[in-house]
Order: sequence, then C-alpha cells, then structure tokens
Amino acid sequence: MSVDSVFPQLEALLPLVTKPVQYVGGELNAVSKPWDSVAVHWALMYPDAYEVGVPNQGVQILYEVINEHPDALAERTYAVWPDLEALMRANGVPQFTVDCHRPVGAFDLFGLSFSTELGYTNMLTALDLAGIPLHARDRDESHPVVVAGGHAAFNPEAVADFIDAAVLGDGEQVVLAITEIVRTWKAEGRPGGRDELLLRLARTGGVYVPSFYDVDYLPDGRIQRVAPNRPGVPWRVSKHTVMDLDEWPYPKAPLVPLAESVHERMSVEIFRGCTRGCRFCQAGMITRPVRERSARVIAEMVDNGLAKTGYEEVGLLSLSSADHSEIAVVAKALADRYEGTETGLSLPSTRVDAFNIELANELTRNGRRSGLTFAPEGGSERMRKVINKMVTEEDLIRTVATAYGNGWRSVKLYFMCGLPTETDDDVLQIAELASRVIETGRQASGTKDIRCTVSIGGFVPKPHTPFQWAAQLDHETTDARLRKLRDLIRADRKYGKSIGFRYHDGKPGIVEGLLSRGDRRVGAVIEEVWRGGARFDGWSEHFSFDAWMAAAQTAFADGPVDVDWFTTREREQNEVLPWDHIDSGLDKDWLWEDWQDALSEVDVEDCRWTPCYDCGVCDQMGTEIQIGPSGTTLLGMPALPQRGEGLVAASAAPAPTVVADGA
Amino acid sequence: MARQPPARDVAPTVQRLRLRYAKRGRLRFTSTRDFQRALERALRRTGVPMAYSQGFNPHPRISYTNAAPTGTASEAEYVELAVTSVLDPEAVRAALDEALPPGLDVLEVVEVRAPDFAERLQASIWVIELPGVEHAVAAAAVSTFLAADVIEVQRLTKSGMRTFDARGPVLRLDLRPDAPEDPGAGPCAILDVVVRHVTPSVRPDDVLAALRLVADLVPPVPSRVTRLAQGPLVADASVGAAMDAVTDPLAPDRG
Repeated sequence: MSVDSVFPQLEALLPLVTKPVQYVGGELNAVSKPWDSVAVHWALMYPDAYEVGVPNQGVQILYEVINEHPDALAERTYAVWPDLEALMRANGVPQFTVDCHRPVGAFDLFGLSFSTELGYTNMLTALDLAGIPLHARDRDESHPVVVAGGHAAFNPEAVADFIDAAVLGDGEQVVLAITEIVRTWKAEGRPGGRDELLLRLARTGGVYVPSFYDVDYLPDGRIQRVAPNRPGVPWRVSKHTVMDLDEWPYPKAPLVPLAESVHERMSVEIFRGCTRGCRFCQAGMITRPVRERSARVIAEMVDNGLAKTGYEEVGLLSLSSADHSEIAVVAKALADRYEGTETGLSLPSTRVDAFNIELANELTRNGRRSGLTFAPEGGSERMRKVINKMVTEEDLIRTVATAYGNGWRSVKLYFMCGLPTETDDDVLQIAELASRVIETGRQASGTKDIRCTVSIGGFVPKPHTPFQWAAQLDHETTDARLRKLRDLIRADRKYGKSIGFRYHDGKPGIVEGLLSRGDRRVGAVIEEVWRGGARFDGWSEHFSFDAWMAAAQTAFADGPVDVDWFTTREREQNEVLPWDHIDSGLDKDWLWEDWQDALSEVDVEDCRWTPCYDCGVCDQMGTEIQIGPSGTTLLGMPALPQRGEGLVAASAAPAPTVVADGA
Repeated sequence: MARQPPARDVAPTVQRLRLRYAKRGRLRFTSTRDFQRALERALRRTGVPMAYSQGFNPHPRISYTNAAPTGTASEAEYVELAVTSVLDPEAVRAALDEALPPGLDVLEVVEVRAPDFAERLQASIWVIELPGVEHAVAAAAVSTFLAADVIEVQRLTKSGMRTFDARGPVLRLDLRPDAPEDPGAGPCAILDVVVRHVTPSVRPDDVLAALRLVADLVPPVPSRVTRLAQGPLVADASVGAAMDAVTDPLAPDRG
C-alpha cells in the first residue's frame, strides 16, 4: 500500500495563511524514505507551533534513531495554526507530516512528545484533523497507535482517554523496542488485532497502556486504587534510562529549518539528569541519575553538527551545564578550536554557585557578552532552603559583581512565586536583592549603564517531586503578590530604573496545575474546552482561563471534585496519587521525607559529591551515577578544514593567509 | 565607560561575487529572511571565506537586492557576497547550489566588475497564472486595466497603509493566447507583466488588486506568480515579446 502526499491539496491553501513556509518542510538533514520500503511507520509530533517544535531535541533524536532503522521510518508533524486548521477542515485536508506530507492517519504509530501539559488541546486538534477517533476506545486496526512521551507523560492520566500508550523517560532505546514489537506483530498478520498489540507492549513493563488499568474512587473523590485489569500487565510501569550517552550521540545531523524557529542555534546535550535536588524541579527528579557525555564525544558532536548545519552558535545543554565535571576542559578546547570562525558557544542553565569567570570568559572569547541568566528561584534565603536551591545571597552578589566587572551589562534573574510556605515577605525580598545587584554592579563596572531584569512566574507543583503533595497558590494571591513586588521595585528611586520586571500572571499556572496533577476525570475538561475552541494554550494570545474554568464546571458538575480540589488542595501522606503506578524510581517515602524536610527548611546535598541518601532511583532502576572526568581530550581530532578549500580560483596567486583559523 | 567592541583582526575583502538564484516550487513560500538564514548557513557549510563586519555582532558581508515577495516564485533573484580570498565563481556556484535545498537554486555567479548594480534593476517581468479564470474574462479585465490611466490600490507596507497607483508602472500586461497545455485541467489565464521598479514598488498582488478593483476579476483559487527576469529596461518595452523588455543585469560584470 502506498500513501500519497497531500501537498497538492495543501499547496492551494498556503497562500491564504500566515507564515506558510512552516508547513512546507524542506529542512536541511530531513529524511524522506519510500513508504513501502519499511514495515513500521512513525509520525512524530511536537504538539505546538512549528517554530517551537522543530528545534525540540527529543523529537529530533527519535526521528533520527527511527530513520536509521532499516525497517522503519519517521516523519514529523506539528500543530497547525487556527487559520490553516479552518481551511483544512473546509477543504478536507488531513493532518499531515512536513517531511513527505503524508496523512498522519496512515501511520502505524503516532508519537507525541509533551514537554508541557499545555499541548494537550493541540493533540486533540491533530487527532481530529487526522481522522483518528479522539477516544482510544473507539479506535481500530486502521488507526495509528497513539503514544505519549516527554516529561508530562510521567502523569498521563489527564490524557488517558485519548492516548493508547505512554512511555516514560529516555526514548532512544524504547522507541526501537516498540518498533520491533509492532514489526513482529504486523509480520505475523496482526494476530489479536489492536488489543493484542497493546497487550504485547504493556507486558514489557515499560509501556503504559491506560486502558489496561482500572481506577476506583472513594466517595470523597480521592482515588481508592489503580489496578491492572489484564493478566501479565504489571502493577507499575517503569521509566527508561539510557546509561551510556556516548553510545547515543544524537542528533548526529540536526535539522535546520527554513523558517525561523525559537532556537536559532544547534544544541548538544552534555549530560542528562540532575541531582542538585531542587524540590520544585520535576525534570531533576525524573531524569536521575546524572549521566555525562565525555569531553571527546561532546567535541565530536559539536564539530560534526556545525559541519552538517552551518549554525553559528552551539548551546551546550543540560539541566545545569556548568556542573559537568569536564566543563572547563570542554569550553577551553572548543573556544580554541573555533577561534576566528565566528562560532559562538553558550551555556544555558548555569547555576550561580557553579558560575566562574574563567569559564564565562572562554565562552565569550569572540566578544559577545549580551547577558547572563541565573535562577535563584526563591526570593529569600529561607525560601531557598525550602526549595533546596542553596544559593546564598552573598554567592549571588559576588557572582554578578564579577560579571559586571568583566564587561557584562545585563543580568537576568528568574524567580518563582507561590512556593510552599511562602509569604509576601519572601517575594518582596526580591526587590531588595535586585537593588543590591545594581548597587554592586555599578561599583564593579564603574558605570550606571547596567541592568538587571527580574523575571517571575507562578509555581506549579508537579508529580514525582517532593512538592507533589503541596497546595498550589491560588491565582488571585499570586497576582496580588506579584503586584506588590512590582510596586516595590518601581518605588525604588535610586535603582528602580535599572531593574526590569517581567512576570507571568497566575491563571495559566492553575490550568497547568490541573493538568499536571490531574487524574482521568480531567480528560473530560480537556475535551470540553477543546470542543469550545481551545488551542495553543501555551500562547497568551490564545489561552482563555475563563474557557477552561467554564469547561471544568461542566465536566465536574456531577462529581465531588473541582479545579481547586486538584490545584490548591494539599494532599495527605497516604492519599493514592494518580501517578503512583508510574515508576520514576523515586521512593515515595523518600519524597515524603524530603517534603517534610522542606517544611522544616532542611537542605539535602547533591549525591554526586556526598553519600547516597536513598532517593530510590538507582536501586529501583538498576542505574548508577556516571560522571567524569573521563580524561578524554580533543587530541587527534582532525583539524577544521581551511575555509575556501576547493573554491579558490586556479589563476589566483597563492593568497597570504587571510583567514585566521585558530585550529 | 562606553562599551567598546572587542579589537578584532578582520581579513579584508579581496573579491565580490554576484549571484543569481531561483526560488522554485514549494520553496517559493520562503521569505527573504528565510533565504538569508539558509544562505548564510550554506556559506558556512561550504567554507566560503566570507568577509565579516566589525562590531559587537559581526555578520558576513552580504547584500540582498529587491527580493521577490513571500509566496512568489522567481528565476531572477540577486545577492552580492564579499569574500577574503579570490575564488572561482563557478566553483562557488556549484558548492552553494549543492548546499542549498532543491528549490533554492544558484544559477549563476560572476565576479563584480562594475558598480551600481541596484540601478540596473529597472523593471521586472512577472508571469501570473490564474487557474480557474476563463480566457475571455481575463481578456476583458486586461483591456479595462490598460484603458485606465491611474488605478489606486492600497497595501499595508512597513510604513503603514499606503495608497498608490498600480497602473502607471505597468509597462506591459499581456494575456497569453488561449492554448491550454492540459485541456483536462480546466481554464487557466496566463498574464505576462512588465513592471517598472518604483517606490513603493508595484507587485503582482497589486496588479491583481487593480484588476479586481476595475474589472471585478476575482480568481477562484490563489494565483501562481513567478518573476522571470529583472534588469535594465530596453528603450521601447512595448515592442517585441514581453520577455525581451529587460536585458541581462549581469552583462556589465561579464566584461
């Protein structure tokens, strides 16, 4: 069976929509495989606009891993904006992939990567446009198996009605395992139909199939228990952990879109996981343990990626990049190698206490010192103890003074509002801190021409963190607190003009909170609000809080629960949480102890440098911390090609070296 | 203390190259900025030794001239590069054409030998295909258009909504004879248009807006527009074929 491109029908619509280039594909390093050349077909979606989705590393990695498989192909699809959605509906054009413009409904598997819960409504649009029934129970063999992944999939209960399966953790290996199961099942003539395929996936213990679990509720609305309803289906589903990142150096050929995206640079992930233990941080909790890439493989990925993309900037990604055990070696070696080639290096996610000026100087040898960003997260020392982000005010002041003294003119500070036990005073201390930053910065730099931007948003408690039991702060109090802070900064006549203030209001956080810690009953809210037109909930111009609250009112009308019950209610120790059967490796008792420690303002150390405190992950998952120094170097790497090689005019005299290549 | 850009040792420009490229097929939906990013990355991948500007954010020295609007195809787009080694133009053409995606095709590269390139681009030749528009309907609209002296249209420009004459700069508006290549595909009127470059520029969509205004010509589906050429105007553009209304703008550089 061949599958035709829908591009001819789509093309007629493109002159009528904004930024049509985002729908045409044609990215550098994109792959097109003949449909009939492989047995297993994956459509991969990042459920947001193309400009946000196309740089996503998770999708790029899986795209490449699958396409390297001789018997599988992967194509990508993104959320279409409402203008195109309306035209597609009017003209019968289905949800399509951007690679070969094949209809998503024709694929065997439809994988969605959820970095945030605010992409759920976009999933429903895509399913609907693809002609796939919204509810998993209404699908048959002709429909793709809908698989959710990404961080939000660690509690997929809110979308349990709409997905066939969820996969937790690192996707590189499990995506191949799933491919193999589907390939075998198809080769055997699809015995037992869709049900049998899902059963084979569920029995691996590493794929969660919501329909094979029954949820019982207590009269007061809490969950009584979640139990498998099929033999061989495990009580708990495990996350996946790739143990040797050097063996998985993906993406090897990063995608370079024609359209502008939100990340106009190449990314190389230098390590995965984080054990700093920030209690609000779901990413840090669910990606344990720390696994580093070696200096050598990082350098090879940078080198190869630059040659294949032509990007002029590389971001060395991780959850806390300056914590890599060989970061100084890597930064210096790369800065040496690319000196004179107009190539920039950047280190997102740098901790205040891990920042050092030598490192920063190496990264900005080309002279780009646009700005530095730090995330103290908590405004007061007390708050930072509660969240276990042990950055002292002195650390912060010393670091920013060094930065201003070395030529940086702007520092951005990230904070959260609404953390557990927080009072107005904890947040208002941010104003004082910002004033001290400016005061110190003016002294250190000898100029008044410096700025500090305070960026602050509402905290959303997340599953699999010590704050999973916490009450979320209601949006009215969040907004009132942020207003007080804004007024206090504005009232600072001496430094206020040098302090920028950016904040996100509390309403979207409440919806995110509902979806993050929701259970299966929340699915009805998502469907209701989507039917009313909700799309692109991560975009303030599209998000409607009132629509969500109205939908919740309708969906929860006959039940004992409401939005507050899911968001601003503190949970008891023994309450069955909707995600308890999803095994992130974290021991629930340890999480509870850490929650109690938070309330007592007791901090916990990083297990990379202190004895194991039994969070449970390594024992449960059979994993271990993998940090360097690996001792690897860049010695022996081939020199960068001389620019102009092969292009020089034959008649030209051998030119003096006009190209200053460092290597 | 004022901010000083870092002292940098920048290699000097020793050669300038002029490129003609085409924007074809689905890549006609790229904007000028999309093309700029794609070109700059292709230049880095192919190792063309570009000259860079100085300052805080050095950028490669590239000049873009009179790009076709997003959504229109073109066979005649021009770009100028400054490089720090003397290069073989044909080797650069082949390397860049290979590095850019199919649909962004580098057709010619010549060494710059004469100044004032932008002034050579006096007019464009466009072909506008109107699927679903009957020949007779188009013919009537074209004669109404040509009979008018002035047709004022509006378009949102960078400096806000502008009203300007879309008739005056149109030197030719020819309707091709009714000879469908594929009779089964339904009617498709085809217009050849020669437009003098003025400010604000009159683009094919302005001509279509004018046809709609004076003759109620409303194509049932979006038109397909391609720039075939741009360059110096011949002495009398009204004689001969529309295609001959402009000459090769690179001729002075060919020496």
